[in-house]
Amino acid sequence: MRSPLARFLVRRILTALLLAVGITLVTFVLTNLVPGDPVAANLGQRAVGDPAIVAQWRADHGLDRPLPQQYLMHLEGLLHGDLGTSQQSHRPVLDDLAESVPATLELAGAAILVSLVLGVGFGVVAALRRDRLSDHVLRVLSLVGISVPTFWLALVAFYVFFFRLQITPGSGRVDPGMTPPPHVTGLYTVDALLSGRWDALSSAVAHLAAPALVLALYTIGLLTRFTRSAVLEVLGQDYVRAARAKGLPGRVVLFRYVLRPALVPVITVAGLAFGSLLSGTVLVEAVFAWPGVGQYAYKSATTLDLPAVMGVGLVVGVVYLVINLVVDVLYGVIDPRVRVS
Amino acid sequence: MKRAGLFARGRVSRLPQAWRRPLAVVGTVVTLAWIVVALAAPVLAPHDPLAQELPRLVPPGPGHWLGTDQLGRDILSRIMYGARVSIPLTLLLVALSVVVGGLLGACAGYFGRWVDETIMRLADLVFAFPTVILAMVVAAALGASLGNAVLAVLVVAWPAYARVTRGLVLGVREREFVLSGRLLGFSAWRSLRVDVLPNVTGPVLVLATLDIGTALLLLSGLSFLGLGAKPPSPEWGAMVAAGVDVFDSWWVATFPGLAILTVVLGFNFLGDTLRDALDPRTAGAIKERAL
Repeated sequence: MRSPLARFLVRRILTALLLAVGITLVTFVLTNLVPGDPVAANLGQRAVGDPAIVAQWRADHGLDRPLPQQYLMHLEGLLHGDLGTSQQSHRPVLDDLAESVPATLELAGAAILVSLVLGVGFGVVAALRRDRLSDHVLRVLSLVGISVPTFWLALVAFYVFFFRLQITPGSGRVDPGMTPPPHVTGLYTVDALLSGRWDALSSAVAHLAAPALVLALYTIGLLTRFTRSAVLEVLGQDYVRAARAKGLPGRVVLFRYVLRPALVPVITVAGLAFGSLLSGTVLVEAVFAWPGVGQYAYKSATTLDLPAVMGVGLVVGVVYLVINLVVDVLYGVIDPRVRVS
Repeated sequence: MKRAGLFARGRVSRLPQAWRRPLAVVGTVVTLAWIVVALAAPVLAPHDPLAQELPRLVPPGPGHWLGTDQLGRDILSRIMYGARVSIPLTLLLVALSVVVGGLLGACAGYFGRWVDETIMRLADLVFAFPTVILAMVVAAALGASLGNAVLAVLVVAWPAYARVTRGLVLGVREREFVLSGRLLGFSAWRSLRVDVLPNVTGPVLVLATLDIGTALLLLSGLSFLGLGAKPPSPEWGAMVAAGVDVFDSWWVATFPGLAILTVVLGFNFLGDTLRDALDPRTAGAIKERAL
């Protein structure tokens, strides 16, 4: 435990575990202490009027017990992989999520890939061409990117590219009537590649393109702005001036002296950006009828389907936690200053 | 206190140069224009925003510059009245976030120990969730209404201010003028109010300006999902959602979305300018350009 890296890792993992317990508590408290009445939301009007049916329903779902006991029951279930049964689909929440999580991960993964390539690229170009036309154009575009309402852009994209121009396929993950590729990872593009189903691959990529680009616009803007200022900060350092002064070629200065230190903090921002992508999926999936967690979350939240809401909050919270943990650990491994501070 | 005062004056004197840049001018003009529209909507709007008396789904043209919706209401008038809903609510929301988050962060930074631990671990918990997911769960649990949507966004928005304010207060807490105040017998609250808070408000206000756009996007997003404003309120997010039902009448969803975009853009341009003007690292660049 003497190594600062080991101490940093242990501390960071313990914090993450504590936060995971905190997430279970937050989802539980939020869905139990608030005034929304799950009985009214899940039983019909006539059933709500019958006290016997209501009492039976509450007993069946453990809602008649004290809250701390309900929380412990919830935790015990979680440790056994039991997230409860959705009151809407009448299926285990874990099964519902097992179907929708890969769809969202595929969408968010494609979006973060596009954002990293374009956002970092634009940011570097803007910094190197500081105060020239391309810098100004990119700066305005990145501001527009973080200002566009995602749900509106999704609608406009759907209207223009599908409804009017008919160059993108409609909603869903593959063309209607097409059998999805055999399930391996749940990511249709990867599964299609693994099984050699080229028709499914092209259909999955075509369906993925529009929602992923819409979703990525915000994070492209975010990463462009961040990369630009990170590169500008490094460009002003004495050692970069020294490298230039001793006559090193521009490309060497850029890649070895500027981009390496400038892009390290981008890892952290990419982690944060992934969180905003997970948020954005709710709005984008609603428009593109993408069968992911976002749409499931929306449906369960509006119908007060408590186990489903808790399941979504928990799973998304833990996914986000793990991503942040990986980002922090990566950052600590790359930058020694972080782990000793 | 004197040093801090001089420092503050130096920052303010850089403002006019930053405000001459095109982004700042555009941001100011767009924001002011929307504020005028919000204030003067009853005078400017050609029709009653709620009256269902016009022909339905008329495309944009003379008479109805932005068309009419599926209930025969003038979209231009609804957007104008919508500014009276969205803009004040967003400003109120950000102000509440600044007050709640700022005060909690200041207490965490100033008092330290268990106060700090409790408040910051709470903030960490909120940060552990993607914003829309948490806001959606809170809004759904409280029941769909615009007031509850504001409360839901407040729940996810305060930790950012708490974290920033705490960091700033930690930097100021041990400065000589704060310590001398305590030695003169200032109570903790008086010291916090008189010596500490005035020295941390600048950066927090910049964050708040940058946050107005995000708050509006989140609030209108919740309304779009049906968790905020209820019909017939002319809230912009709800208006975009209404356009989903009449997909081939593109104008119903397009113009309210453009309204959101322009307001958010205006505030983001302003926030960007303010940050450049007050951030010592970028201030040099602005000075160079102005010369």
